[in-house]
Amino acid sequence: MSTSMNAPKRANKPPFWALFGGGGMLSALIGPALVLITGFLVPAGMGFSPEAMGYAQVQVLMGSVLFKLALVVVIGLFLFHGFHRLYHTLHDLGVHITPAIKALCHGLAALGTLAALYLVLSVR
Amino acid sequence: MTARNTYKRPMTNWWKRLPFYTRYLWREATCFAVIAYALVLLTGLWRFTQGQEAFNAWRAALSSSPSLLLHTVILWGFIFHSWTWFEVMPKTIPFVRMGGKRVPDAVIVRGGVVAALGATVVVLGLAYWALK
Repeated sequence: MSTSMNAPKRANKPPFWALFGGGGMLSALIGPALVLITGFLVPAGMGFSPEAMGYAQVQVLMGSVLFKLALVVVIGLFLFHGFHRLYHTLHDLGVHITPAIKALCHGLAALGTLAALYLVLSVR
Repeated sequence: MTARNTYKRPMTNWWKRLPFYTRYLWREATCFAVIAYALVLLTGLWRFTQGQEAFNAWRAALSSSPSLLLHTVILWGFIFHSWTWFEVMPKTIPFVRMGGKRVPDAVIVRGGVVAALGATVVVLGLAYWALK
């Protein structure tokens, strides 16, 4: 940290905007398909067997690092996208944005991402 | 110093003033769908780490009518988010040039929607291959 009075204060906007944009792009591309699969097709058994997304099958999938990574990325980016948008919309709705509200929105997204990471790593 | 008494335009119910504003707010509301779905997945992951019984309960809950209702709202949210995301893409990305000419907005929007449809087919195919 520079002690100079003239040292420019770095904005924390770019990383949050990148997470918002990344999550927005990912959810726009594959979100509808994911919801369709896990929310409708698999539970209703449409095109999928009753064993689809069963415990045994997910256990096999969890054996793959790629699957675990994908899970954390989807959960994390979706959360950062959603909470960042929520925080901007609160302002539009006349809620005065305090640093606390900003920290809460980004904090909840970070908390959820860390939770997903921790859970995925706890699976042996 | 005299306090200035400038006119401040009231902002109450601003979103009702123009259909454009209302649509904008609906677009922003899609964040709830995205957050909710991330939480559904996070819950499933958490229940999985608790063992077979807990995970089966989560998996069974997905077939319940409240879940189907919730996912119907979530799915509409995602579709609207996806549509509007690519609709504003000409404004949110830097100018795209091809052969010295700016790519028209309509081409960028159409490209995004086609990419989303393509990704949907790929994800459905992958899921079918992995889950059967």
